[in-house]
Amino acid sequence: MTGVMALRMAPLSARIGLAIVALYLFCLLFAPLVAPYGETEIVGGPWAGGFWDPAAEGPATLLGTDHLGRDVLSRLIYGARNSITLALLTTTLSFLTGTILGLLAAVRGGVVDQVLGRLVDLVMAFPTLIFALLVLAVAGSTLPVLIGVIALLDATRVFRIARAAAMDVAAQDFVEVARLRGEGTGWIMRREILPNIVVPLAAEFGLRFCFVFLFIATLSFIGLGIQPPTADWGSMVRENAAAISFGILMPLFPAGAIALLTIGINLVIDWAAAGHHGVSDER
Amino acid sequence: MHGVLAMIAQRIALGVATLFVISMLVFLAVDMLPGDPAEAILGQSATPASLAALRQELGLNKPLVVRYADWTAGLMRGDFGRSLANDRPISELIAPRLGATLSLAALAAAIALPLGVLLGILSTVHRDRALDRVASTASLLAISFPEFFTAYMLVACFSVGLGWLPAISLSSQGGFVETLTMLALPALTLSLAVIGYVLRMTRAAIMGVMASPYVEMARLKGVGPWGVVVRHALPNALSPIINVVIINLAYLVVGVVVIEVVFVYPGLGQLLVDSVAKRDIPVVQACCMLFAGTYIGLNLLADILALLANPRLRRPRQQEARA
Repeated sequence: MTGVMALRMAPLSARIGLAIVALYLFCLLFAPLVAPYGETEIVGGPWAGGFWDPAAEGPATLLGTDHLGRDVLSRLIYGARNSITLALLTTTLSFLTGTILGLLAAVRGGVVDQVLGRLVDLVMAFPTLIFALLVLAVAGSTLPVLIGVIALLDATRVFRIARAAAMDVAAQDFVEVARLRGEGTGWIMRREILPNIVVPLAAEFGLRFCFVFLFIATLSFIGLGIQPPTADWGSMVRENAAAISFGILMPLFPAGAIALLTIGINLVIDWAAAGHHGVSDER
Repeated sequence: MHGVLAMIAQRIALGVATLFVISMLVFLAVDMLPGDPAEAILGQSATPASLAALRQELGLNKPLVVRYADWTAGLMRGDFGRSLANDRPISELIAPRLGATLSLAALAAAIALPLGVLLGILSTVHRDRALDRVASTASLLAISFPEFFTAYMLVACFSVGLGWLPAISLSSQGGFVETLTMLALPALTLSLAVIGYVLRMTRAAIMGVMASPYVEMARLKGVGPWGVVVRHALPNALSPIINVVIINLAYLVVGVVVIEVVFVYPGLGQLLVDSVAKRDIPVVQACCMLFAGTYIGLNLLADILALLANPRLRRPRQQEARA
């Protein structure tokens, strides 16, 4: 099935999901071209109204201004760049770590499998957010620490999936043949097993991305993630949270941007997963 | 019966061991920093005098093993040491906040868990009809939204729009009704996500059983849709459902952190977040141990209850032999 055909046969929900993801990617790639104002440019008074407010003063802003008088729409568009890129980077790192260790555990078995498995159990016994907070308290909230700790926590989930998928493949004859032929662990992991587990791992990538993205947004929201003045959706919600008590709904825009992206990705994953396995969740 | 007791004892031992290792992790986190922890914590504001004071406070001049032993012995007695920020005993800081957090989590659990299971059962009885579709979409939305988005949506509705409930839940020494209105929005926010999860998992657990031959048999002999689900499918889906319920309790305990920040609710989560920002390490360690302990305890409980609810889980060896 070619890509175009698959798209034509996609249900409405998947099309909506794809459209959402495409919109975000567009903002991510072309932020400076699309955004009406600069990332940190001050264009008016604090919390000025947007399109719904005919009495708004200053230059026209579609979604109003934030607590410092910066254009909310421009900050949202630049935020796409920062929030999504960071989440993508972290997820990629977590996938590399998790997949390599998971494959290693499945291929080598024995002590390696036991040690890695117990370590992962241990990290997973610790609530994720609490673990992250502990590390951030000790090491301080810098970007490398943030990426490192989230990637590590997420890698434990990837490890479980990758190991379980690789175990099934590792039990098959062609892997046994490769072993008898004298291939090394690295070869078996890369050439025999990895090609057979790429599809489930790809679906998992979407889910893990959502998790990482929400996790970073949450940390930014509680003030321990991405630091100002960088435009980031979680921090934007935090910085403007006070406005809601005055009946200004501005914090809902960045929070909505986060929610919309996770929904879009979930819709795409649902469709992709159903397409690949040919089953839905019920009989 | 002895087999079951032995298995439960084994799980408990494993839980205690996990807690022990976690306590080591929490404690040693400070020492994993490159260089001197005191310097790392104080950063640029370090002066020789403040460094010496902090080393004294953290007991860094004592050997590691002694410090760890002192710390765990203190934990057992409920003595968590002193806060770096204001030098008050941490147990004093924690006690009222722990109560606040527990009452919030308890209220959310009391709303969400029965409702989630009930809606899950209703969804299976009415599967593929309007109710099921609405419940399925709504629950997917509830669990894919970040908590603070749900929270601010509710605030926009109930505080800004309708003016019924306060947007901020600062503690007051009010009566029962006041406390309840204060807790309403945070508890509702927490509940929505939990209802979503529990509903979906309950539905999935029952649907998993619905395909088995004895359910088909019950249907063929003329049992109605309610009877099939409640009398025949539900008992066999009980073990995963109990599991989901308790794991969501564990989620609640951790989920409060974000919700407390949204509503400025003076609970343990707020204290943890503030202490992380201030790098008040002893308070962070104490909060982490409390959260991790509750989380591990609840997961252990889920394990044991699942074991009791499903006789098949009690004999893993025989199953392996047959397979």
